[in-house]
Amino acid sequence: MIDLITILYAAIASGTIILYATIGEIITERSGILNLGVEGIMLMGAFFGFYVAYTTESLLLAIIGAAIIGGLMGLIHAFMTITLQANQVVSGLALTMFGSGASAFFGINMVGKTLKVSFEAIPIPFFSKIPVLGEVIFNHNILVYCAFILPLIVWFIFNRTKWGLALRSSGEEPLSSEIMGIKVIKVRYIATIVGGIFIGISGAYLSVGYSKLWVEGMTAGRGWITIALVIFANWNPLIAYGGAYLFGGLTQLGLNLQKFNIAFPIVLLKSIPYVFTILFLLFISLKGKRSNLPKALGESYFRESRG
Amino acid sequence: MPEIIKKLEMRKITKKFPGVLACNNIDIHINSGEIVALLGENGAGKTTLMNVLFGLYQPEHGEIFLNEKKVVINSPRKAFAYGIGMVHQHFMLVPNLTVLENIALGFTSNKIFKLELNKVRTKIDEVSKEYGLSVNPDAYIWQLSVGEQQRVELIKVLCLGANLLILDEPTAALTPQETDELIGLLKIMAKKDRSIIFISHKLNEVKAVSDRVCVLRNGSLVYEGTTPEHSVSTLAEKMAGREISMPTLKEKSHATSPILEIKNVFAKGSMGTMALDGFTLTVNRGEIVGIAGVSGNGQKELADVINGINHIESGQILLNDEDITNKAPQKIINKGMGYIPEDRMHEGTIPSFSVKENIIMKDYNHPPLSKNTFLQNKIIENYSSELINNFDIKCPDNKTSCASLSGGNVQKVILARELSRKPKMLIASYPIRGLDIGAAEYVHEQLLEARSENIGVLLISEELDELLDICDRIAVIYEGKTLDILDRDIDTKSKLGLLMAGIKDEKKVI
Repeated sequence: MIDLITILYAAIASGTIILYATIGEIITERSGILNLGVEGIMLMGAFFGFYVAYTTESLLLAIIGAAIIGGLMGLIHAFMTITLQANQVVSGLALTMFGSGASAFFGINMVGKTLKVSFEAIPIPFFSKIPVLGEVIFNHNILVYCAFILPLIVWFIFNRTKWGLALRSSGEEPLSSEIMGIKVIKVRYIATIVGGIFIGISGAYLSVGYSKLWVEGMTAGRGWITIALVIFANWNPLIAYGGAYLFGGLTQLGLNLQKFNIAFPIVLLKSIPYVFTILFLLFISLKGKRSNLPKALGESYFRESRG
Repeated sequence: MPEIIKKLEMRKITKKFPGVLACNNIDIHINSGEIVALLGENGAGKTTLMNVLFGLYQPEHGEIFLNEKKVVINSPRKAFAYGIGMVHQHFMLVPNLTVLENIALGFTSNKIFKLELNKVRTKIDEVSKEYGLSVNPDAYIWQLSVGEQQRVELIKVLCLGANLLILDEPTAALTPQETDELIGLLKIMAKKDRSIIFISHKLNEVKAVSDRVCVLRNGSLVYEGTTPEHSVSTLAEKMAGREISMPTLKEKSHATSPILEIKNVFAKGSMGTMALDGFTLTVNRGEIVGIAGVSGNGQKELADVINGINHIESGQILLNDEDITNKAPQKIINKGMGYIPEDRMHEGTIPSFSVKENIIMKDYNHPPLSKNTFLQNKIIENYSSELINNFDIKCPDNKTSCASLSGGNVQKVILARELSRKPKMLIASYPIRGLDIGAAEYVHEQLLEARSENIGVLLISEELDELLDICDRIAVIYEGKTLDILDRDIDTKSKLGLLMAGIKDEKKVI
């Protein structure tokens, strides 16, 4: 018998990795910038977070370090695509290749090392005693709890604050926004850097908080799943919850199936998130639901270059 | 070659869209050599009816008769086969292909792989000789002006052997000169026994070009008659279903205190040349100053630099005695500048945003609409509903996206946003372009209202009638300079024509 509670618990723990990255990517894309560098930024965050945790034995510094690396890589992407007007796809892919290579190169000495510190599970008093639910939800480490609140905060910022309005309008119609007094360039820079920070943190959670070790290329395609998940979530941080934990669950299910000697090709299992994304897109268009795809996503915008 | 169309009839055409009856039991006909104008406000059903004729839409009811024989047109290809061609409002040309290649796209050929480019080239030559339409078949579409692109569209349908041409708002993007050329061309075509259906809401053009006029209102045919028996104003009445009188300026303004001063401004255009070449102009409080000129003489750049969208190389711009030269748009807005941009969709609004959000776009970042970064939803809700009411914006509710509104209503959203913030100065770029006459009337009333509230207004337009109706003074812009500034006067119109062509002193030319 497959242990349902174990699977659900693990689904949330592993879904948190992509949840952080997905929220970051949604923030960036909502401003009109497509960042395909997620895989690379995650790897850099994972390596650097692990490195800092190993050398300083401080978990807080590890997370801050990964956030800084992620933010820096976001800044590079912003500079390339906003200031230098480089193609967003090309710049993003370059970041992914750079991140994979650099993290493998610098991380060679970290392979096989074990951390002396780790994020411990903090059972929430009372709530963790609730049968099933308590064990699945209220017995995680601090980073998982933060991920519970993050999409709510981001949704609130998008829809209920003036920052959110400026962010969304920059991603829809940069020229109109500029004319109406929004500093589109600044908004996009901030969104790309903040996005990078969350993607960096997702990497640190993966290496320091989740697997507690560093392996070259350890993200194993999670960056690409993130890109798909952003579309799956229809650029809505609240739907990102469901998507992230669902994909996390599917991965765990796969591992458990193997454990119980149920023959199911692992390669096929890995494709499930993408299949789900396609099915979901189909659902959206059949239902006639409005897509939140930012209109100006992927297009460069330079105020004085318009014809 | 399709057979000659002697008579085409559409009988009892009804077309429904979810929630909308776009065409309700419409009967129209056209004979060979006739130019019929299909007149109606935005959303009256003109384009829908023609898309039925062109085979893009299937009607719920109704039949089409060609030379007294019933035909079923269920695709554009079928329409072509019957000799019906349509030039859409938004041109259907591929920018990265040449004129020749674009036209060749429409040809069907027996040979599957071979593009018979030479055959098409000969055909283009034939057609352009016959109608005096010159075009270089090897030019790329992106190299052509809007007027030239339209010529390509016309040659395309003519090459395909169309006997009946449907033109959907063909003059929407044309300059007055190009419009005159087009009208001349259509008359030549009609003489050669081609039939033309001309969709428009511009009454002067309808009057100038058509033999007969069919007026649609809310999806029904409300009037049909010959054009010469009507004046422009009776046509306007038929179209709007009420009496329309474009407001005009009653008394002269005695304004003398300047609100906007543009001093010797030089600015580069998108081509890198000096689009503004020492432009100087002063607008006073409570006065409407018009900018007349053929488009492309620096109007776009002028609006851009005043609003901080583009930088100027030298010169100075003062708003209310404060220097706003090369300031960021936000700063200029906060100093009291209002702006109605030329492209109301992609400069004036965020189409995917709701009416509510578009209304607050310039004021959301300070109280009362937001406090400490948090948007005050209740206040925003009331504020936007109030403006929707005051400015008579027709939308189901304040959450409707601007993209689904008609042009006139989008312009009302912009007017509501700009005027309700009590600006000191308002720049209006082509504010009634593409609007039907009812909406245009409303826009002009609002501009005059702004004038009476002591706001300075700068009105950029190509339409002399618009300028003469409501401007206190009219400045003529030519090659980036103020050529002359005329007071509102009886003989202003004739003077303006010459000035816009760059001729300042009549005697010197003679």
